[in-house]
Amino acid sequence: MAVSKRVGLLVTCLVDLVRPSVGFAAARLLEDAGCAVAVPSQTCCGQPAFNAGDRRTARRIAEQVIAVFEPFDYVVVPSGSCAGQVRLHYPEIFQGDPAWQPRADAVADKTFELTQFLVDVCGVTGVASRFSGRATYHDSCSSLRELGVRLQPRKLLASVEGLDLIELADTDVCCGFGGTFCVKYPEISDRMVGKKATAVTATGADLLLAGDLGCLLNIAGKLSRDGSGVTVRHVAEVLAGAVDAPAIGTAPPAVPTPTEAKP
Amino acid sequence: MSARDQVLGAIRRALAVTGEEPSRRKIVADRLADHPCGVIPARGQLLPAARLALFQKRVELVAGTVARVATAEDVPAAVAAYLRADGLPPAVRRGADPRLGAMPWEREPSLAVAVGASAGDDLVGVSHAVAAVAETGTLVLLSGPDNPTTLNFLPDHHLVVVDAATVAGDLETVLSRLRDTWGQGGGPGGLPRNVHLITGPSRTADIEQTLILGAHGPRRLHVILVGEP
Amino acid sequence: MTRAATSDTFADNARHALADPALQGALAFVETNFPARRRAVVDALPEFEALRDSARDIKAHTLAHLDLYLEAWEARVTEQGGQVHYAPTAADANRIVLDICRAAGARTVSKGKSMVGEEIGINEHLEQHGIVPVETDLGEYIIQIRGEMPSHIIMPAVHLNRHQVAADFRRVHADLPKDRDLDSAAALLNEARATLRRTFLSADVGITGANFLVAETGSSVIVTNEGNGDLTCTLPRVHIVLASIEKLVPTLEDMAQLVRVLARSATAQEMSVYTTITTGPRRAADPDGPHEYHVVIVDNGRSAMLAGEFRDMLRCIRCGACLNHCPVYHAVGGHAYGFVYPGPMGAVLTPSLIGVDRAGALPEASTFCGRCEEVCPVRIPLPRLMRFWRDRAFAQHLPSPVSRAALAAWGFLAARPWLYRGVTGLGTRLLARLGRVRGRFAWLPLAGGFTATRDLAAPQGATFQQQWRQRAASGPERPRPRTVPSGNPHGRGSEPLVAEPRAAPAPAADRPSGRPRPVAVGEPERPRGPEARP
Repeated sequence: MAVSKRVGLLVTCLVDLVRPSVGFAAARLLEDAGCAVAVPSQTCCGQPAFNAGDRRTARRIAEQVIAVFEPFDYVVVPSGSCAGQVRLHYPEIFQGDPAWQPRADAVADKTFELTQFLVDVCGVTGVASRFSGRATYHDSCSSLRELGVRLQPRKLLASVEGLDLIELADTDVCCGFGGTFCVKYPEISDRMVGKKATAVTATGADLLLAGDLGCLLNIAGKLSRDGSGVTVRHVAEVLAGAVDAPAIGTAPPAVPTPTEAKP
Repeated sequence: MSARDQVLGAIRRALAVTGEEPSRRKIVADRLADHPCGVIPARGQLLPAARLALFQKRVELVAGTVARVATAEDVPAAVAAYLRADGLPPAVRRGADPRLGAMPWEREPSLAVAVGASAGDDLVGVSHAVAAVAETGTLVLLSGPDNPTTLNFLPDHHLVVVDAATVAGDLETVLSRLRDTWGQGGGPGGLPRNVHLITGPSRTADIEQTLILGAHGPRRLHVILVGEP
Repeated sequence: MTRAATSDTFADNARHALADPALQGALAFVETNFPARRRAVVDALPEFEALRDSARDIKAHTLAHLDLYLEAWEARVTEQGGQVHYAPTAADANRIVLDICRAAGARTVSKGKSMVGEEIGINEHLEQHGIVPVETDLGEYIIQIRGEMPSHIIMPAVHLNRHQVAADFRRVHADLPKDRDLDSAAALLNEARATLRRTFLSADVGITGANFLVAETGSSVIVTNEGNGDLTCTLPRVHIVLASIEKLVPTLEDMAQLVRVLARSATAQEMSVYTTITTGPRRAADPDGPHEYHVVIVDNGRSAMLAGEFRDMLRCIRCGACLNHCPVYHAVGGHAYGFVYPGPMGAVLTPSLIGVDRAGALPEASTFCGRCEEVCPVRIPLPRLMRFWRDRAFAQHLPSPVSRAALAAWGFLAARPWLYRGVTGLGTRLLARLGRVRGRFAWLPLAGGFTATRDLAAPQGATFQQQWRQRAASGPERPRPRTVPSGNPHGRGSEPLVAEPRAAPAPAADRPSGRPRPVAVGEPERPRGPEARP
């Protein structure tokens, strides 16, 4: 194997806090692709502050991310939204800053969304996991439009044995998550995610996948409230064959839960 | 300070310029003098026969109709045929265009041909286009005594005669010809009051996005294309 | 002054809109109809993306030299016998138009569709002074008789269905037979056509907008489909053009480039029915056309936009594609935005015109999904410009104290990794414990809006970073068992779930060939996907 790529996994705050299994799945996929994966101490990419107009906080957090991740060959993110923040918006935040702009640009250039990195940088053409079922895939707006990620996850999913991928209608339409948008304008957000949930159900798929946990939490929340039987997972979990954690927003099987595993 | 100075001054302050910079003035003067073309779609760049075919197809795609005749002498008969086919009374109004005037209207003795602008009570107007654009099926008409603007809009049926030799592939070719004819600052002092680019009959989709022809202008647009390429 | 706005109550407006079934039915049309039709017409022109670049460059070039193009254009208008009037503000524009109408002894004014006319409230101003303005674009006519603002910049009455329009026609056209049939859009159009034909023929002054002003020729250009704009500028004795300063383009060729992207983006047409280039009043020998041609060139805040980060917005050619593709617009329609410019373009433009203190909710009401920018024919970075407004709103302390406090708390934590680790580690474990029975919450404090209609997934347990460090500490880094982390509280048992090494992918026989590497892994014997659902 060639000299392995040293990858810093920017796991994203949502994955860190809500769904660590996505982080492990991402790490596994990267390792399988021959990368040496490290998880430097991290918090958030700063997108909430940036999108709220709080440039100072956004900048402070961005400086921290840049400093922590610049030693790596690549920065890989299991989220189009956070990858887009680093790739597109960090250079914008530091534009014209002689000290920071080159550093922001350098980190931006080596930052990739997970499936984009696997396919475009590592040349992965398939995975060896199996999953029997019919799935549909939701493109997050940031992946699709900021990063141009569309074919990469589909290419990888096509190699999952037993997986039948059904395309969603209006796949370029937002699910209504939008970070703080879904809390600030919950009724509008709900109308948007309602349409998305309807589209998901209309595919007849029993599993919804996406590359962004924000969208997934939003759509899963709607599907679950509506009593839909569609389960929801991050695409990395299926690609890595790491589907033993309960699907998003579901509980483990009704056996007595063992005491929380602690070291 | 005049309102003019106020607006121009605000623009100049915003742009951080004085308006006297020779380099800026040259850029603007050059652009106005050279009027560079942008992106010209390949679609209209065809040999004459194919260009006419494209023109006809595009007119029909926008709900216009096309009749082809060999020479200008055949136009009155084509007009009469259109009226008969639509069950319209044999009366039209046209402008003073000498090309229309030279046509043998007397060969259609039952056809009443009025000349001049419309006051709104004509069912059929006949105009002569100065050019046409194959790319989009667009007719180009100029206002003036030859082809009064009211004839383009008030009658329910607008019949437009187009000389096949004037059908261009793209809009820029027509605009450039107009400039050559009407001058850019010189000559008769610029463009006529109106240059009408007409692509199909009038329409609206303002109610429930239902497309209906004949909103305020003609309900039908009929092109009589004269001559071979 | 600029027309009155209700943008400051956007959230309430939106709530009402969401609960209005007639409006929702109308919006469904926009959502399904326009994007597909635009896609088809764009796909039919291979040069479309290059034309968008060209259009963007033309507008950017013109804006950078706007003072000089304006002077060149003005000189040409004057040479052709037209008159140019500069209006620094909306009030100036209204006063100028009224003065021209009075000088012409006007009682009735026919109007072509003009967004800047809507912006400055010219109809209200004329009415206040005893002059009757009559909108002649069908959609504008409908909203005028309803006393509404346009809900869309291209299709002003898109929020209405034909039954609503029929009721308005029966109310306003009281002299017509009561039992007439108004069930179809065609019947409604015929009635409007007959009514408005009388207006065209009797109006003293015609007011139109302009899609472009051409510096080279001193022309104004209108792009329409109905023909009302041409009748408006041809039949009355006086033609007034209302145009804002950013409508300038250098040459006819530049206009041609913009026309190609405008119609396709606006109505999915290759070319609008009527593109009319108007230069000066009627000439001596002309048998028709107006005797006077005035252009009122309106600034009303635009020169200020030219100076800063909002200059890009002045490229806008008012096609409405951003509205047609906006999921927020699809949900709430145009009136919720509370001003004449709705949707993404309105979210950027309206704060410039009425202040971010009153319109700050509009740039907030976006998920930054970017679909607007993706279709903008002049490539305006609309999400970025909305974000600039959020920057300003934040700097002016406009967001609510609660949202500021929440953001500040998060920002404080996120900038202090050690503190973040402690707090989030505790928080996620607590939430995981609270939510472990169902794996989700039906209600959470501070997320009440979200959980009113959606469940919120519970965290899995310890944070990823905690688990990752535990894993690193508990064994050699590599080779590592294929495992789900032992810290996973939902793991079935406390043993790490170690997968058997997966059988190597079978060769060519039953698997696609050409896989470059031995790929991992999974746990084939475990229940997967749907079957694994609790």
